[in-house]
Amino acid sequence: MVCEELEAKLDSYVDGEVPEQEMRTFDAHMRSCPSCSADALSRVQMKSAIHGAGKRYTPSAEFRKRMQQKIAAKPRRSFGLGWTFAAAAAAIIVIGALTSAYLGTRSGKDQVFSEIADLHVATLASSSPVDVISTDRHTVKPWFQGKIPFAFNLPELQNSEFSLLGGRMTYLEQTPGAHLIYDVRKHHISVFVFQERSLQARLDENPISPKQLPFTLETWTQGGLRYFVIGDASAADIDNLAKLFKAAV
Amino acid sequence: MDLQLDSFEGLAMPLFDQLYNFAHWLTQNREEAEDLVQETYAKALKGFSSFELGTNFRAWMYRILRNTFLTSRKGLKITMTVPLDLEDEEGFDLAVEHATPETVLLARSSHELVQSALDELPLHYREILLLSEVEEMSYREISEALVVPIGTVMSRLSRARQTLRSRLRPHLQQGAGTLAIAKGTNHGL
Repeated sequence: MVCEELEAKLDSYVDGEVPEQEMRTFDAHMRSCPSCSADALSRVQMKSAIHGAGKRYTPSAEFRKRMQQKIAAKPRRSFGLGWTFAAAAAAIIVIGALTSAYLGTRSGKDQVFSEIADLHVATLASSSPVDVISTDRHTVKPWFQGKIPFAFNLPELQNSEFSLLGGRMTYLEQTPGAHLIYDVRKHHISVFVFQERSLQARLDENPISPKQLPFTLETWTQGGLRYFVIGDASAADIDNLAKLFKAAV
Repeated sequence: MDLQLDSFEGLAMPLFDQLYNFAHWLTQNREEAEDLVQETYAKALKGFSSFELGTNFRAWMYRILRNTFLTSRKGLKITMTVPLDLEDEEGFDLAVEHATPETVLLARSSHELVQSALDELPLHYREILLLSEVEEMSYREISEALVVPIGTVMSRLSRARQTLRSRLRPHLQQGAGTLAIAKGTNHGL
């Protein structure tokens, strides 16, 4: 039965183009059926042979240089999304100006929140918000090794509404940390991780949402690390992502 | 993911080597390949402002390159000489041809043999094999690059593989008996 099913889909199977559930069924079948596994093997070998043979031509250095000169230094393109972020950044500047009377008197704690909000907005307004672009936490986490003086865990996002977009290094109060960007229903959420002892400001243990910021923010400390989750998504979304991180530690 | 979008140069230059390889396979000539790549980049740069966010940039570049080739003198000549009823793709039966010892030999055969077999394949088959096996594009990406439905990608790819395999077979008969790990030969082990 599986043999017949597999025969019809053998190409899709070796191309990794069958649904995950079906893939597992076929994988299991392959282990016990020498006939189908030989079939698959020969197809994989054919793919591999074409892969090797197909990489045949390389452009000359002179041609590469010519092309580079032709397309280099063209004006960078403004993207719709970039404008959205730029508008958001501009809005923050205006809000910042309007609330500047507060700022003179606000506590170190509020300053940290404000700085986190600035980092969030400034990063999203950037043309290259992330330095490691990947939806795979197993790619993003090792990227931070050697760049920040601590290790942390990223949550498993399967069966959640969140997706990881990537990460970058960041600084808060002159201390290095990790900045991760997640997506949920078109909203971008930043997660910042720093070493608690490196931060000067004493922050609350409980989640808080500073009223003067147009974002929802949650912060907590766990395992000597200070986490901030911030974004314009709903408070429930921010809280859910925070919970995933708390569970991942 | 659109966050990585930066400049045309930043997106397009990393594809330069692979686009050139593909262009050379299509034109089978270095000078024409260079002209084709150059024209592709010029067109892409011009049309970059209309490139839709969230769509696949690589597939978009390949689509431009391929369309440019198909409307070139050489491309038109090829498409005019290929019979239009070459494939009844939607109705194509995805029958599986069982593995034989000679296909197992493929991995060990010389690159030249596979290369010349690819060279002799009809353009439709050659390009889809390159996109799938060399560029490792997904069916969806191939369908965007070639502007055909995914069902057509599957049937055309399957047919291209069978054709290539059948053309390679005569060259491989000689060593067929020496490897016995393929289907039907391992039951006695």
